[in-house]
Amino acid sequence: MSEAKQYKYIGTRSIRPDGFDKVTGRANYGADMSLPGMIWGKILRSPHAHAKIKSIDTTKAEALAGVLAIASYNDFPSVADEVVATGEGSSNLLDLANNILAKDKVLYHGHAILAIGARTAAIAEQALGLVEIEYEVLKPVLDVNDAMAADAPVLHDNMFTQGLAETPTKASNIAARQEFKMGDVEAGFAEADLIVERDFYTPTVHQGYIEPHACTARYDADGQSMLWCSTQGHFDVRASTAKLLSLNLNRLKVIASEIGGGFGGKTTVYLEPVALILSKKSGRPVKMIMDRDEVFKASGPGSATRNWVKIGAKKDGTITAMQALLHYEAGAFKGSPVMMGCMTAFTPYAVPNMYVEGYDVVVNKPKVAAYRAPGAPQAEYAAEMVVNEIADKLGIDPIDLRLQNAAKEGTQTIYGPKLKAVGLVECLEAAKNSPQYQEALKENQGRGVAAGFWFNVGGQSSVTLNMNPDGTGTIVEGSPDIGGSRASMQLMAAEELGMPAENLKPIIGDTENVAFSAGTGGSRTTFATGMAVIEAAQDVVRQLKERSAAVWNLTADQIEYAEGETFSGDNRMTVAEICAGAERTGGQITGRGNINARGAGPSFAVHLCDVEVDKDTGKVDVLRYTAVQDAGKAIHPSYVEGQLQGGAVQGIGWALNEEYVYSADGHMENAGFLDYRIPLASDLPMIDAIIVEVPNPFHPFGVRGVGESGIIPPLAATAYAVSQAIGLPITDLPCSPPNVLKVIQDNA
Amino acid sequence: MATVIFSGELEKLTGDIRTEISSTVYRDMVTELVARYPALSRQLLEEMAVAIDGVIIVDPLLEELLEDSEVHFLHFVAGG
Amino acid sequence: MAKIHVNTSINGEVVEFLCEPHETLLDVLRNDLQLTGTKEGCASGDCGACSVTVNDALVCSCLVLGVEAEGAEIGTIEGVSNKDQLHVIQQKFLEHAALQCGICTPGLVVSTKKLLEENPNPTEEQARYYLAGNLCRCTGYDKIIRAVMDAAETMRGAA
Ligand code: FES
Ligand code: FES
Repeated sequence: MSEAKQYKYIGTRSIRPDGFDKVTGRANYGADMSLPGMIWGKILRSPHAHAKIKSIDTTKAEALAGVLAIASYNDFPSVADEVVATGEGSSNLLDLANNILAKDKVLYHGHAILAIGARTAAIAEQALGLVEIEYEVLKPVLDVNDAMAADAPVLHDNMFTQGLAETPTKASNIAARQEFKMGDVEAGFAEADLIVERDFYTPTVHQGYIEPHACTARYDADGQSMLWCSTQGHFDVRASTAKLLSLNLNRLKVIASEIGGGFGGKTTVYLEPVALILSKKSGRPVKMIMDRDEVFKASGPGSATRNWVKIGAKKDGTITAMQALLHYEAGAFKGSPVMMGCMTAFTPYAVPNMYVEGYDVVVNKPKVAAYRAPGAPQAEYAAEMVVNEIADKLGIDPIDLRLQNAAKEGTQTIYGPKLKAVGLVECLEAAKNSPQYQEALKENQGRGVAAGFWFNVGGQSSVTLNMNPDGTGTIVEGSPDIGGSRASMQLMAAEELGMPAENLKPIIGDTENVAFSAGTGGSRTTFATGMAVIEAAQDVVRQLKERSAAVWNLTADQIEYAEGETFSGDNRMTVAEICAGAERTGGQITGRGNINARGAGPSFAVHLCDVEVDKDTGKVDVLRYTAVQDAGKAIHPSYVEGQLQGGAVQGIGWALNEEYVYSADGHMENAGFLDYRIPLASDLPMIDAIIVEVPNPFHPFGVRGVGESGIIPPLAATAYAVSQAIGLPITDLPCSPPNVLKVIQDNA
Repeated sequence: MATVIFSGELEKLTGDIRTEISSTVYRDMVTELVARYPALSRQLLEEMAVAIDGVIIVDPLLEELLEDSEVHFLHFVAGG
Repeated sequence: MAKIHVNTSINGEVVEFLCEPHETLLDVLRNDLQLTGTKEGCASGDCGACSVTVNDALVCSCLVLGVEAEGAEIGTIEGVSNKDQLHVIQQKFLEHAALQCGICTPGLVVSTKKLLEENPNPTEEQARYYLAGNLCRCTGYDKIIRAVMDAAETMRGAA
């Protein structure tokens, strides 16, 4: 355990090793790679939300000068109905292929149908306009309620609801049902003095990374095929792409470019297999970049949901039962994160009686992808809103009510195991003592509090630490750096080796120069890849001792190592000296850390939001915001704070403005940043970040992932603040001016 | 003897909420459970993650089970 | 379509290029001149990732045609540092960890430089409104604003 341990490098605010390139524009992102002879690929997308493709005629497009290749579903060599590992766990290969290029039915506005590779992007665009497609337009379903209606148009005539006592024989849009239970909710509600239940709605939202999906592919029949792309997991890109194109893994090299944001949205493939097919067919390298409207219409957003929550409590504030019914849109193919919603909804609470039922429902919208703590914000939003209402009705401070019922070490969770050491109580206390909580509110102002829980994951990470003859080292890791993680890797290696951080250079290896590593997601990188770095550094130390022992004619167990030096008695050698002489003691030194990390520690978050509402317009201003979160141990506090602040602001956007707007016939009507309005600098105050450190007992430095939990509490913290300011309940997001005004007017 | 606690979903197949097992590693536990409950398949269990004493393990094989260990099978997907 | 010959100056260097009449300045910079430091986030003037200066005016290069560069002076992120000597703004962005993924950073650095030329002593609110055209999805803007305010103070001290 690491408590009270003093660190030299960990916990400092070092300058990130990749920073210079990023502030000068030298860093190369997904769209920044060009190759000699390169052509451009563009995708033809469905103008309809739901339609059968009757025929496709590409004759005119093929005849256009400069068109070099056309790709369609039929170019996938063979697609089996099997499950493959992708960044989000796993996907059905048929669904994946069908989402990348539709086979015979389009399932959402913007669904890709075919791709054209041409000398310039302009020619490719022009050629797309020459393709003739005949559709049989079908009625779309755009909401879980419509999709679950008995007479709803069915998206997939081979989809039968899983998870029921008996699998139905009639196809429907309900992909699966899940259920989690603990104790006896009916008995729990019978004990309650107060029961509150409500229905909530959250809209489809997008991760909104500023960098669109982009890649450059070069197919090589000789087995040297290469993909350069912006992804959270290049090994996952390799796995999916190789599987779709029937390639052995060693015949496809995937290089992760610098990545301009992902938040879960870059954990799957859209363009990569298509670019490789176009390259194969044209014999030229191919670059593909999504336009912003394509990103909105056809890359995975986060699920829209309709959720019902019921909570009972005694007068003294003891919560006796919690129940929820969750409906999550999966988009066009099954696989919403509703299960994660079920597992997280009530986990901040130590309550013996819980019951959660969840439905995964397909609709004519893009297939959802992970979005920061996938599935948790929507369910926890509903739960936290009702908890706040209970606190108000009982006249108990909302933080005190949470403290009274808080999950802690040993609390039984609804999904099975008991919690290990967690920091919810510490976060609640920090929030209660924060400067913001002491501020008085004025007229038309309101305050919201909410908690959030996310598991965090571990998994496979591989690291090679190559020592150079001058005693410096290169850390080769396989986890794309999306928010400054190279700085953390550098600090952890420096701590372990007792040498200056700048002597250790972290880089992201491609799929050929480091072994398989799971993607950057699930808040795993600093935790799991960090553990691999620590192991690789320890491996180096072991070898440094062996080499010194050889020189001094001793055994390795007689050698000590500290602060970049080995020593034994009067003998002393620096790392630089050992590395410089490595050729005489057995060759150069490489440390290895190939692990499957266990023991990821959950991170709890507690947020406070103060708003002011203009009751004439419905406009909401965020006045003050505090984000508290348990980091276990903050390796680089600035980048931990950054995760807390960034998550908070994405959540504020979700609460206040962001939503996909569809016309009745299923056209997305706001596929741009002007109309899908993410928070601007001028919309926000400073975001106070408070890091709580309750060490994770399963990590050498106590690290917990921090990337995801921070997006969970802002939905309820912000929406509840709005409801306090207007004195009326809020159930539906976003709290945009027209929606808030409607709540006010409906109750006037 | 370690204890396996079944979720509602698995309880439908086993008829038990909990059971004691003599195995001391995950690999043997699966064999033991499949032998005890014909409705359980090795594939079903191996596709699930496992939590041993509160630590979630996504792809277990050789994990040790202690005398008083508590084991839960659960579905688990990665994050974002 | 015949390409058009354009004479311009980029970061103080004389540059000539040929471009299609419909090509944006952003595409010319990125695809024809390999100046990929200027980023594309939307191509519709909504994100600011493509911010450059044209004759001292801060513009979205995705909304300017390549041919409009004729006779103009263009400033891009590649011209902000003095070779390996970072500009104070760049240094402050690093010190304050004002970037996570960094895709918004070139645009923000270019915009901030213009802000501080126009107003060396902005209030936090003025900075927030001036930079409202530069979207950042990662940071929540807190550290960006701190970096900008610190850079302003340092530059005033040096002036
Ligand atoms: S790319 Fe020009 S403003 Fe977004
Ligand atoms: S740092 Fe990623 S968008 Fe600003």
